[in-house]
Amino acid sequence: MSASATFTAVTPLSSELRVKLENYRNLVLETGWDNTQNKMAVELDVFVGNTTIMDEEVYQLWLDGYTVNDAVKVRMEGGVMEECEASADVLLSDTMDQYRTFQMCERLLHSPSKLANQLLFQIPPNRQAMLIERYYAFDDAFVREVLGKKLSKGTKKDLDDIGAKTGVTLKSCRRQFDNFKRVFKVVEELKGPLVENIRHHFLLSDKLGRDYAAIVFFANHRFETGKRKLQYLTFQDFAFCAGQLISNWTVGAVDNMVEDMDVDLDKEFLQELKELKVLITDKDLLDQHKSLVCTALRGKTKAFNEMEANFKNLSRGLVNIAAKLTNTKDVRDFFIDLVEKFIEPCRSDRWTAADMRLYLTHYNNSAHILDTFKHQAVWDRYMVVIKSCIFKMYHD
Amino acid sequence: MPGKLKVKIVAGRHLPVMDRASDLTDAFVEVKFGNTTFKTDVFPKSLNPQWNSEWFKFEVDDEDLQDEPLQVTVLDHDTYSANDAIGKVYIDIDPLLCSEAASVISGWFPIYDTIHGIRGEINVLVKVELFNDLNRFRQSSCGVKFFCTTSIPRCYRAAMVHGFVEELVVNEDPEYQWIDRIRSPRASNEARQRLISLMSGELQRKIGLKVLEMGGNAVVGYLQCFDLEGESGLVVRAIGTACTLDKLSSGSAPNSNTHMHPNTAPASNACNSPSKDGKEPVFGEDLTSSSGPPTPFRALPTTSSSPPPFSPSKPCSRQSSSSDTDLSLTPKTVETVRSTRGIFLCPSSPTLSTDTLSLVGSGSVGCGHGSAPRATTPPPSSIPSDTVLLRKSVSFTEDLLLAASGMGSGGSVGKEAGPLKTLLRQQTQTALEQREFPFFTLTSFPPGFLLHVGGVVSARSVKLLDRIHNPALGNTRSYKLLDWNSVTADEPETRDAWWEEIRQEIKSHAKALGCHGVVGYSESTSICEEVCILSASGTAAILNPRYMREGCLDIGISDHRFEEPSPPSCGFCHIPYDELNMPFPAQLTYCYHCRRQKVPDVLFTTINLPQEAAVTGKGCLIQARLCRLKKKAQGEVNATAISNLLPFMEYELHTQLMNKLKLRSMNALFGLHIQISVGENMLLGLASATGVYLTALPAPGGIQIAGKTTGDLSNEHHILTIQKRINDTIAKNKELYQINPVELTEEVVGSPIPEPRQRSRLFRSHSESSDELSELDLSHGKKDAFVLEIDDTDAVEDIHSLLTDAPTPTGFYSCNTEIMPGIYSWTSGVQMFTSVRVFRLSNASLTNQGLNKIFTDLCENLLKSFYFKLRSMIPCCLCQLNFTVAVPEEELIQVAVTAVAMTFDKDQAQEKPADKPTTKGGSETEEQLQFPMELCADASSANTQPSSKISVSSLEHCSPLPEGRSRSLRSNRSFRGSPVTVVKMTPLSFLPGTRIIKYLGIINMFFIRETTSLREEGGVSGFLHTFIAEVFAMVRAHVAALGGNAVVSYSMKECMLMENPNKNQAQCLINVSGDAVICVRETDQEPNPSMTNIGQTCASGIDGAT
Repeated sequence: MSASATFTAVTPLSSELRVKLENYRNLVLETGWDNTQNKMAVELDVFVGNTTIMDEEVYQLWLDGYTVNDAVKVRMEGGVMEECEASADVLLSDTMDQYRTFQMCERLLHSPSKLANQLLFQIPPNRQAMLIERYYAFDDAFVREVLGKKLSKGTKKDLDDIGAKTGVTLKSCRRQFDNFKRVFKVVEELKGPLVENIRHHFLLSDKLGRDYAAIVFFANHRFETGKRKLQYLTFQDFAFCAGQLISNWTVGAVDNMVEDMDVDLDKEFLQELKELKVLITDKDLLDQHKSLVCTALRGKTKAFNEMEANFKNLSRGLVNIAAKLTNTKDVRDFFIDLVEKFIEPCRSDRWTAADMRLYLTHYNNSAHILDTFKHQAVWDRYMVVIKSCIFKMYHD
Repeated sequence: MPGKLKVKIVAGRHLPVMDRASDLTDAFVEVKFGNTTFKTDVFPKSLNPQWNSEWFKFEVDDEDLQDEPLQVTVLDHDTYSANDAIGKVYIDIDPLLCSEAASVISGWFPIYDTIHGIRGEINVLVKVELFNDLNRFRQSSCGVKFFCTTSIPRCYRAAMVHGFVEELVVNEDPEYQWIDRIRSPRASNEARQRLISLMSGELQRKIGLKVLEMGGNAVVGYLQCFDLEGESGLVVRAIGTACTLDKLSSGSAPNSNTHMHPNTAPASNACNSPSKDGKEPVFGEDLTSSSGPPTPFRALPTTSSSPPPFSPSKPCSRQSSSSDTDLSLTPKTVETVRSTRGIFLCPSSPTLSTDTLSLVGSGSVGCGHGSAPRATTPPPSSIPSDTVLLRKSVSFTEDLLLAASGMGSGGSVGKEAGPLKTLLRQQTQTALEQREFPFFTLTSFPPGFLLHVGGVVSARSVKLLDRIHNPALGNTRSYKLLDWNSVTADEPETRDAWWEEIRQEIKSHAKALGCHGVVGYSESTSICEEVCILSASGTAAILNPRYMREGCLDIGISDHRFEEPSPPSCGFCHIPYDELNMPFPAQLTYCYHCRRQKVPDVLFTTINLPQEAAVTGKGCLIQARLCRLKKKAQGEVNATAISNLLPFMEYELHTQLMNKLKLRSMNALFGLHIQISVGENMLLGLASATGVYLTALPAPGGIQIAGKTTGDLSNEHHILTIQKRINDTIAKNKELYQINPVELTEEVVGSPIPEPRQRSRLFRSHSESSDELSELDLSHGKKDAFVLEIDDTDAVEDIHSLLTDAPTPTGFYSCNTEIMPGIYSWTSGVQMFTSVRVFRLSNASLTNQGLNKIFTDLCENLLKSFYFKLRSMIPCCLCQLNFTVAVPEEELIQVAVTAVAMTFDKDQAQEKPADKPTTKGGSETEEQLQFPMELCADASSANTQPSSKISVSSLEHCSPLPEGRSRSLRSNRSFRGSPVTVVKMTPLSFLPGTRIIKYLGIINMFFIRETTSLREEGGVSGFLHTFIAEVFAMVRAHVAALGGNAVVSYSMKECMLMENPNKNQAQCLINVSGDAVICVRETDQEPNPSMTNIGQTCASGIDGAT
């Protein structure tokens, strides 16, 4: 059969095609998936199941940005060949097939709810969940690097550096970064609780939903996380803190039907925080507070002397952080301030984690006994977050 | 005006962005049927439009209803320029025309564009109202059911098997019309898709007419093929087996694996039978009640449900079913007379008993491989030239005559006498010989249908295609070889004559084997440029005439026989031909099972292994592969070269099969399919079959290697090593396939071959084999080992290739028949797949041996790939492995495979659960087979894929997702929460662990996909991968819209890929077919009553995910 004569001239590439072309070029460049190089001279090789066959191991390799050839190597070392008396060719062909399938699926994974009612691939629901969950999973090392950064093109350009630093392949970095950006864009416009929105729109598990909420929250406020002093903190530390901030300090903590309720901090609350300054500006109050705390702590900890000596400094630090939060810039420095003004002094005094707990608990509670201190509600709303953040952040 | 077609366009989703500026689309829909077009309003600025249109009504002839597809086009409205087409959906409304199939089509269909593929989905609702018209069915044949399944469909009983029906229609290929030079590829592809859709509709209608004429109501084993002859046109042809089927009430439908033992539950639920629900208003059954009770099942519950499905029942039950719309509507007076009680009683007169007796006595078995390739000779003048329609009607009247006269001898007048033995025998044969072609496309049969099997018969013919349809060029062609009447002859006539010639040949081969029928019959073509190879093959057999004739349905009579009946487990092996007058030399022994009749030493067939057959051990896939180079040539020279090569190829393939069979220590082949594909410079031959050890046949001898030159020590040593390897392999295979036959004292009976030892040698040199394959000595006795002579490098190569066939990995079995002999406990894991590989031959200096090696490796590697990919399903068996080879271009070899992997229970695999129909349901350990049909609501949480690999992940990912999803669906604007119905697909006629409760109609779809950005789509692999996935998706969507949840007897008949990587272009054509069904888990007693509404439920967007 001769080929028909019905082909017309190549039309200009649409944007969709351009993306495809890029994908394909990547595949070819990275894999040497080229007829000339393939000694098997297999011109075409496809396998399509009515139920889409997906190997989780290969999926992970694909997500991790392995090229086909590298993936084949990894699989060979993994011993999958012995399993079924397969040869390298078989493995290559299988890997290629799966990579193609994943590439075709990727478009759907960008809006996961489409995956459930698309018709192209017949994928059992639990497999769909796995695909989505893994696609949106990220490397803690990578996310730690971009946490708090603006999810912009500029940052995207730096991904190769981040990749080199964290040992994550560029392809995987891009996927993760694009995921962050996509989630950010979608939830930006939605009403309702942030975690729920993320979970429902992207069909993610609770854990992953919370992590994405943290990422979005950090990206929105551009919290500084990259300073050397903050390097010891993991993504999970920050994610926890973000969770605390979201559930206590945002607009959503009081009113749950506002736009951006979980992303924006409660401006009124931040204003009210200024009132707390009285705790350090009023000399009497400060002394009274100190004596109350010291009485409660006496004999309960080895670090008592350091606590007593540092009380005023530490209290000033915490209250000053609170008072400054109306400035966007100071919000960004929230974590670095916590570390510099509180965690570092305590650490140099060799407080244990238990000491920290004890101190903060009494520091918080004693303020309630101060009869001239009228801002109990604001104080609690502030301290509940500060306490749990510091507890989380106080480690090596 | 016999029909009103009503269409409603509900909504769209996931539409592509057509307006770059707004990133949205202003979509509207055109609904076209015949020449009438309706439009919906434009739904502006949305990718998920909600049209909710009015009902568009088309008033049309039912003839058009059968021929035309409903055409739904989605467009983007553009104020300033022409509207852009987004894509189309073709909906075949044929299933709605049959009372027992679907009643409504409703669901999401992928919007398909031949350039861009699937672009979103559209929700459509289609209904048909048929008006009763006394004059109807003049041209249309609504109501005739079609099945791709090559056995009696699971919820039917064959009241009568009428026989072979065939038809073909021809048209010009739009791709080769002059207009194609100026129109867009899209327009050309769409013209082609539409034309083929029209042609298949017309073909089906014409076949339906023939069936009605024969008095049947269904076509089973419907096989439709396309011959893209290029410039000479487009042929759509179909064959099938006309039957009269009675619907079994759903309560007593036979289950999938033990259909001999139907659940004989009381028919109290018969009136719930889905076919009746909601059908009455549409079809107006009461209007036809004059010829029978309006609701037969209710009226006669006991007769329709209690007898075993395939055993003949009393005339009255036949009567009850014949009151079904189909028969009563037939216009001919003869027909209506027939469906009255009086005539029915008449044929069951004593004459019938005599003819059934006759069959038994002569029973004996044969192995044969008749095959006679023929060159481009003009068709014999004896071939009748009357039209098909005429032919059929003639045979029909003969039928009647028979029934009336009670098998009078008049039937045999004018027919040449076959190898008849007795008068009685003669009578039974005449019954079949009345038919012009006593062929059956079935491959599995009701017990007792198949009496004896003779062997494989096949015929091939090489033809030159001529473009006679193009008046401008046709006359100028000079290479016209065939003696058609004239250039302007009606082409169907010509193609008809070609096939007729081949069928005659098949018929005479069967006769030579002493058989009066051919079962497992199929036809195929291979086209390269202007050369076309037509092939037909089948299995010669003697059939029980009681299914052939009306009135023979009385079980009591047919069971009385002169002689003791042959036991069902071995009867079919007994030779049908005369022992003293054998058509070919074979070594006969007494049957190892019953010891009464003679059996051959080897048996080849094209059918499935009969259920009742006794088998030792397990079976396995056996393939013979062959490449033959040929010189490039044109026209007649080319055709002659090809026809000269064919006999050698057949011979080689046969030898390979035989050797491989022996190597596996087996003695019979089932499902034999030999494909010979022609390319410009080579011929490819691929024979696939499933080898088994039939207990009734003698154990095969070993293979013995003989060197021609004696005295050479090193040579002797070499031979010894090879011999040892062969013996080892045989021993290993025996163990692998668990072949431990009970040793019996053997008694080789007098074979007509004087010196078996000498004759059993198979000569290797090509010069000694002649065109006449029937002269070949293919007999190998048990005592004589099969001798292979090593006299040249060829033979060494062959032996090597014999030994290099890799064994299947542990846990895997493979076969090309429906089910694996020796495995009886299927579990519910099913994975159907299609795989295509194209191999580019690197350089021109290839030898036959080199090519053979490449081809063999290609096939072997494919199999290895399957095993690897499906390893998570172990223990599993690849069933119905269907290989198709093609030579798309000069240096390309294409192999396409469609098969299904099915899991089975290893512990129970050994035993055949002979008389326990319930074991099947009980052994189903995996409860994952959840059909969302039953409750849409369950779908999102249900594990719908039962393969074991799924459970690996399901455990670790038990996230609370379903809950979350449902909420998101509600809160988000765009997505309507109808989970996609899971549709299973299988090339088999059943799904393990399930029961088919309803056949919804035939699926026969043809798609073209083309791209001008091949690289961007991931090269040819990416292109084809997407396309195949899209085809699957469209099949599933159509089935789901019919209310079904599975496709059985699925096959990909055509996958034609043309590529031009330099121009960044490719085009592919795919044709698939199958039967849409509703099936339920075997354990479920009755389908959920909500079943029939599923289509609407899903469609109307009720959030089912909660």
